Amino acid sequence: MTDLGSRPPGTELDATDTEAVESQEIAKAESIWQIRWALFRRSFRANWKLFRRNRIGLAGLMIIGLFAVLAIAPTFLFRAGFWETSTYDPVTGLESDPPTAQLEIVQVVEDPNTQIDIRQVLVDGRISGNLGDVVDVTLQPAPPDSKHWLGTDPLGRDILSQLMFGAKAAFGLGILAATVTVLIGTVVGSVAAFYGGRIDALLMRLADLLIMVPGLAILIVISAVIRFQLWHLALVIGILSGFGGVAIVLKSQALAVKVKPFVDAARVAGGSNARLIFAHIIPNVMPLSFLYMMFTVTTAIQSEATLSFIGLLNVDMSWGLMIQLANNQGYLLQGGRYWWMVFPAGLAVTFIAMAFFLVGRAMDEVVNPRLRRR
Amino acid sequence: MGKYMARRFIQSVLLFLVFITVTWFLLYALPGDIVTQKFRTNPNIPPEAAETAIRRLGLDRPILEQFWTYVTGFFRGDFGVSFNQYPRPVTDIIAERLPRTIVLFLTAVVTYYWAGFIAGKYLAWRRGKRGEMAITVGGVGLLTVFYPWFALMAIWLFAARLGWLPISKFLDPTEWRNAPYTANEVFMRLFWTVAITSALLFTVQFGASKIRDVGPARATRLGGTVLIIAGFVFYWWGAGGVDIRPFAGDIAEHLVLPVGVLTAVNFAGIMLLTRSSMLETMREDFILTARAKGLPEKAVRDRHAARTALLPVTTSLVLAVATVIDGGIITEFVFSWPGMGEVLISSVTSEDIPLAVAAFSFIGVMALVGHFIVDMLYGVLDPRIRVSGSH
Repeated sequence: MTDLGSRPPGTELDATDTEAVESQEIAKAESIWQIRWALFRRSFRANWKLFRRNRIGLAGLMIIGLFAVLAIAPTFLFRAGFWETSTYDPVTGLESDPPTAQLEIVQVVEDPNTQIDIRQVLVDGRISGNLGDVVDVTLQPAPPDSKHWLGTDPLGRDILSQLMFGAKAAFGLGILAATVTVLIGTVVGSVAAFYGGRIDALLMRLADLLIMVPGLAILIVISAVIRFQLWHLALVIGILSGFGGVAIVLKSQALAVKVKPFVDAARVAGGSNARLIFAHIIPNVMPLSFLYMMFTVTTAIQSEATLSFIGLLNVDMSWGLMIQLANNQGYLLQGGRYWWMVFPAGLAVTFIAMAFFLVGRAMDEVVNPRLRRR
Repeated sequence: MGKYMARRFIQSVLLFLVFITVTWFLLYALPGDIVTQKFRTNPNIPPEAAETAIRRLGLDRPILEQFWTYVTGFFRGDFGVSFNQYPRPVTDIIAERLPRTIVLFLTAVVTYYWAGFIAGKYLAWRRGKRGEMAITVGGVGLLTVFYPWFALMAIWLFAARLGWLPISKFLDPTEWRNAPYTANEVFMRLFWTVAITSALLFTVQFGASKIRDVGPARATRLGGTVLIIAGFVFYWWGAGGVDIRPFAGDIAEHLVLPVGVLTAVNFAGIMLLTRSSMLETMREDFILTARAKGLPEKAVRDRHAARTALLPVTTSLVLAVATVIDGGIITEFVFSWPGMGEVLISSVTSEDIPLAVAAFSFIGVMALVGHFIVDMLYGVLDPRIRVSGSH
């Protein structure tokens, strides 16, 4: 998806006023952790300054924050008693008192081919009456009102609540997948760069294979064998991208770190191979890996939504499932008429994936100085 | 170059062997036991019939023997028999569906790559001007849009609301009731004429770019293009197919929306990549030199910056092959387009394992072949690879 070329190592630090103060702090610090913390704060501040210049990236961050609030909200709403489970549960909830509409039977409309009264079929087949009668019809899916801010679906469940649970699922999935990716990617990349030779060749050929095979096709095929749970999916996506593209990029970064003098110094001081990799190489490869975390989150959320849209995912409620329901029952092709069934879920997937992607791009400009405006 | 090609080819073949081995064992040997699920515990099949079916399909053999039969069969073009469409061999289904996928895939790739490169070029050149942010956000929006939803919205707008294009499927059955041709005959004819036309067009473009003088080059390009398109038109409107035309038109009409949607989604990725690649190139000294020489901006952009920027974009095509195939699978599912992706999904949901394995393997082959071609292309474009590859 993004340019996975090799990058110049490290991040650039801008000279700041606070830097002098921090240098003193570092000089005064006693334990290694204090020094690390001070260094981290310093580079974080410098990078944040660069990040902040990119307004699109900031907007992405805000969207992510908004969805985070959405994901946390249902817990709070149920605990505090604003929502009761019987009505607002995203899966089993039911609006027991749906809005009704009064319809007057003004004419009988018959389909010329089947001789069936179309109007009656449309209004769920329960109406029997004569011309001129007024009947009450329950509206389900119901448009938004004060009780259900985003309306209800055909089964009388609250869309907003479903949206919030979808956000929760998406965050959980995205974060798990991204963490697995980064863990595997940094370790595989660093090990391949550090040892070189056969180990490198083996790991990189594996990465080539994984890059080449379409990820969605793999997920579909695996779901033929296993009943996919959400966390299975997160693990598989994490492993695929961790051993694949991310490992290749991080390996090229690790190669640049491996030849730095401090690695030699650590080796001379008697550090074991494991210590060299985990204490010296990986911490220096990490910043770049956060970039790929963002893109993995995008992929993971999209894959989840797609799989549950196809119906191959064993999940209670997710955005993909909401769209599947709207599509299977024909509301999606009604366009704007049932907009609360059509747009919230589709836009939610789009916006959250977009937000993570934009943040990733903005981070790319921080990590890769060549992309910055001159 | 020859050595490099040979090495890459052998690598691809090895990768493919690994790939089908993993696929096969993943689907046949994992717990869950498809055979038991599909036949032994299926209440709709009497036990004797189930045993007969298992024996006929060779599923009672030891696993390694089954695997060997599968691999040798694969290279002879025999993929076994579909579980669900029982007597029908898988090869038959694949042979019907593969061209339909390839058409969708190739048309989309060519369109989006070309459109994305042009758009990215202009976007990079306009850096810092008005509209840049809007285009970037729009591009990222297209790139990350929830694809099935986007496709369905396109169906709603162009097919359901405006009624310009058919909603889905490969053809309109009511028009084919008394058709003298089968769908595949018409489709293959369409496929070959379009393929030959595109190949000729590409040759003319490539040949024209080798001519140094501006005048003859332009004449060759223009004349060749007009001639080839005239030939295409003559074939379909004149000699070849007066009575076949409405049917071909029907299929072509069904092709427009899937290709359009697939293009729209993938186009943004290439656009953004070209942009960042151009931005990196524009910092190089030779751009400054070109400007200092007094070359017009257009020449600096198209001749100097864009050509250098093309290289990383082509690399990205290597990564994009998998993404586009994924997009193709969703497209086929949403549009009920009867191609490999649709076969994959429907066979997986109905547990038709031989068909699923074959479909997945062919999708893998498509990816491998795509990679191989892009790699070769890259070797042609970048002399450094040719040189280092020949050692």
